[in-house]
Amino acid sequence: MAVKNHVKLVTTLVIMVLGMFAFGFALVPIYNTLCKTLGINGKTNATAIAYDATHAKISKNRDVWVEFVATNNGGVPWAFYPKTKKLKVHPGEMATLAFYAENKTNHRMTVQAIPSVTPGIAAKYLKKTECFCFTQQTLGGHEAMDMPLLFHLDTNLPTNVKTITLAYTLFDVTDRVTH
Amino acid sequence: MSHALAHGNEHEAHGPEQGKGVIGFIKRWLFTTNHKDIGTLYLWLAMFSFFVAGGMALVIRAELFQPGHRFVDPNFFNQMTTMHGLIMLFGVVMPAFTGMANWQIPMMIGAPDMALPRLNNWSFWILPFAFALLGSTLFQSGGGPNFGWTMYAPLSTKFAPPSTDFMIFAIHMMGISSIMGSINIIATILNMRAPGMTLMKMPVFVWSWLVTAFLLIAIMPVLAGAVTMMLADRHFGTSFFEAAGGGDPILFQHIFWFFGHPEVYVLVLPAFGVISEVIPTFSRKPIFGYHFMVYAIISIAVLSFIVWVHHMFTTGVPLGAELFFMYTTMLIAVPTGIKVFNWVATMFKGAMTFETPMLFAVAFVFLFTIGGFTGLMLALVPADYQYQDTYFVVGHFHYVLVPGVIFSLMAATYYWLPKWTGHMYNECLGKWHFWLSVISVNIAFFPMHFLGLAGMPRRIPDYALQFTNFNMISSIGAFIFGFSQLLFLYNVVATVRKGKKVDGRVWEGSHGLEWTLSSPPPYHSFVTPPDIL
Repeated sequence: MAVKNHVKLVTTLVIMVLGMFAFGFALVPIYNTLCKTLGINGKTNATAIAYDATHAKISKNRDVWVEFVATNNGGVPWAFYPKTKKLKVHPGEMATLAFYAENKTNHRMTVQAIPSVTPGIAAKYLKKTECFCFTQQTLGGHEAMDMPLLFHLDTNLPTNVKTITLAYTLFDVTDRVTH
Repeated sequence: MSHALAHGNEHEAHGPEQGKGVIGFIKRWLFTTNHKDIGTLYLWLAMFSFFVAGGMALVIRAELFQPGHRFVDPNFFNQMTTMHGLIMLFGVVMPAFTGMANWQIPMMIGAPDMALPRLNNWSFWILPFAFALLGSTLFQSGGGPNFGWTMYAPLSTKFAPPSTDFMIFAIHMMGISSIMGSINIIATILNMRAPGMTLMKMPVFVWSWLVTAFLLIAIMPVLAGAVTMMLADRHFGTSFFEAAGGGDPILFQHIFWFFGHPEVYVLVLPAFGVISEVIPTFSRKPIFGYHFMVYAIISIAVLSFIVWVHHMFTTGVPLGAELFFMYTTMLIAVPTGIKVFNWVATMFKGAMTFETPMLFAVAFVFLFTIGGFTGLMLALVPADYQYQDTYFVVGHFHYVLVPGVIFSLMAATYYWLPKWTGHMYNECLGKWHFWLSVISVNIAFFPMHFLGLAGMPRRIPDYALQFTNFNMISSIGAFIFGFSQLLFLYNVVATVRKGKKVDGRVWEGSHGLEWTLSSPPPYHSFVTPPDIL
């Protein structure tokens, strides 16, 4: 009787162990989904959101500063900076600017820019129509380009947000691409 | 009692199978499935690791005695902090308590042995290999893991030395070992209790281990998952924690602390159990509020799953989440407070005597509470922004782990060693060990709070000049504490070899099934179930 008891109990416990192992991995999509739906980790949309200029609602009486920051991760040897440091926009209004990128090495490199918004809560109100961060960017040695960014702020942006910082970090993904 | 003693004599002959010579000795310990033998193996492993990881702590304190890079290079310093943490957690506290569980649980619930003896053998014998693997990293090219025991990505993925893979597999093995150990403990407690030993009659130590074992089953697989993702990021081109590939390094912290916070209670709940055995014995009163003690353990365990973000307040989590995790963290102080008050109430108006185990237990109650209070300070979000990653945090968790958990292990060893060996330890030496430890532990760790409040960051091999005095004091305390533990080692070895014979009760106020057996107890504890009153 005792042995049978053990088998049943141990089976239950082993299933719990396997379940928790799976749960550890399930935390990855849970985390991503939660962050995306609640808009809490400063991630912006990864694909274009259309902007209809004729029907757009614009809060003319409200100004929000948007600041731009560019960082190279782990000393990626590129020149990378926003051509405009700071913009004053009305929520709902389309803004356009460019980031300058130059590959300072002698060889071809591919990079990926990862955006992050501070305060995090503003991330889901910052809507990009075009962004160089949507795709990977490749430049030959010593090539340079201006990378476009088109965005607008949602008019529902909480009123306590007066300044938004949009930061891009440039990661070298050359190795990942060639594989 | 005479009933149980009769069984003891009857089974004296059924001792361990002892072959001849070295081979016989190795086979006896390698193949043993006896709960007492395996308990002993666990405890000696913990003792060994304690001095290894303690030696690493002394390397750290020697480097920090004065500012400047004087003693070891910064990379080696970082390897020392990482290994000290990993070995103290997985190599000292967890095996020591598993060893205690192996020795005590069958005796406390009136069972002949653990439920799954072969699994028990396997759980132990994985560990020496796991630690050999972990220790080998220090001798590999590029050095050992140097990113702290918390293994934050990307330090542990992109910027880590090659030996990190060995650490990952060592952690997998330790995880498997402690999961199997936990399954065994749960099966023993749920299926092997003597008739009449209902759940609410079990000693608090057994309860604490039942809850701890469930915690381990819930969290060790999550840690295994986290390090597996690390391994995949390092070698298989995934991007779980790599922002460039769409992952998020903060995610690692969430997964790690989902394991890491309940892990804290894995370390401390059995300590609560030990203290709940020792204090009643030397107060000559039953534990005050037994039911509340049990409920407090369970509620601490449940709450421990919803507080993990308090380790990450400064990572930019939303305000609502900060508030939620601040309140849940502070809520844990309620069941913990119940336990502390109940220990004090147990001592209140008791006929107290202060043998070495009791001294360690009283010091535990007092000093653990200090660690608990600094924990409350850290739980406050606005204050935590100041304390995060400073020596204040180091002071806090060393107060809960050294004069907390390690003292409870000392108390347990002095308390049960006469039962296990049949010999009384040297009380005078025990008292010397206690007083040296309790004074030096405060010299070592109390100044860390001041250093942290003054802004000294943790995990650095060098510091600004104004921190010198407190660091010197702390290092002196650490060295006194470290060398005092040699008294403990000597006392344990001497007691195992010879000493004044003790009877079954050992202590005048002892209460519980294990004390109805002879000292040392028969090889198989209760072959026929004892009568439970």
